[in-house]
Amino acid sequence: MNRITDSIDFHGQALSLRAERQRLIASNIANADTPGYIARDVNFAQALREATSSMQPVRAVSTSQPGHIAGMAGGPLAPHLLYATPSQTNLDSNTVDMDRERANFTDNAVKVEATLRFINGSVRTMLDAIRGQ
Amino acid sequence: MSMLNIFNVAGSAVSAQSQRLNVTASNLANADTVAGPDGQAYKARQITFQTQLMGELGAAGVKVSTISEDQTPGRRVHDPNHPQADGEGYVTYSNVNAVEEMVNMISASRSYQNNVEVMNTAKTLLLKTLQMGQ
Repeated sequence: MNRITDSIDFHGQALSLRAERQRLIASNIANADTPGYIARDVNFAQALREATSSMQPVRAVSTSQPGHIAGMAGGPLAPHLLYATPSQTNLDSNTVDMDRERANFTDNAVKVEATLRFINGSVRTMLDAIRGQ
Repeated sequence: MSMLNIFNVAGSAVSAQSQRLNVTASNLANADTVAGPDGQAYKARQITFQTQLMGELGAAGVKVSTISEDQTPGRRVHDPNHPQADGEGYVTYSNVNAVEEMVNMISASRSYQNNVEVMNTAKTLLLKTLQMGQ
């Protein structure tokens, strides 16, 4: 069974990471005019490698005492979040570069669509094999 | 479902930008106001944004933190025949800088469009995800 669903699993992981990155870039675009906001992005290749390998990703800290602060379970992207370097400094120390963010957003959107097509293709191939027609 | 959160993020930005447009509109409308309800000349209002965390890590929306009044003195024009003229014959107009407000308006409307575009893209992607495997 695993053989059949392995490739779909991979693309599923990629899709969920892509969706998270899309949200991250949307946050950057939303905060384009917020003073002091620092744009963030993610090392996608590394995040995907970690998500698809058997290695367990870094999880939130465990709490054993009532006084402990619950760590933010940030999802699979949390350990790979990076800060963008500003290409031009801004008076209000905001580091969102609108051109770069829009390019990233479109790039990510296209890749989400590509991933969806890969999944659809695998599903169709498998259905054809099951029907045998 | 992290994609659905994009609508919260972009929606908060759209609402903040429309509030900024609103403030710009009142500033522009009052560019030539001589006196307000309190007898003082209108003071230009400035809006400040602040990041608002939306639960999940990496989802950062925007909210309006303060609307402050610009305290620079207003434009004074010598016009002794004006009903609002003071003892020396000067009329104090509002301190709105029309050029600055126009720039602010264009910037706000561009940011608004950007966020609407973000929502449209997210919607298209979600609809395509719904059709997965068909």
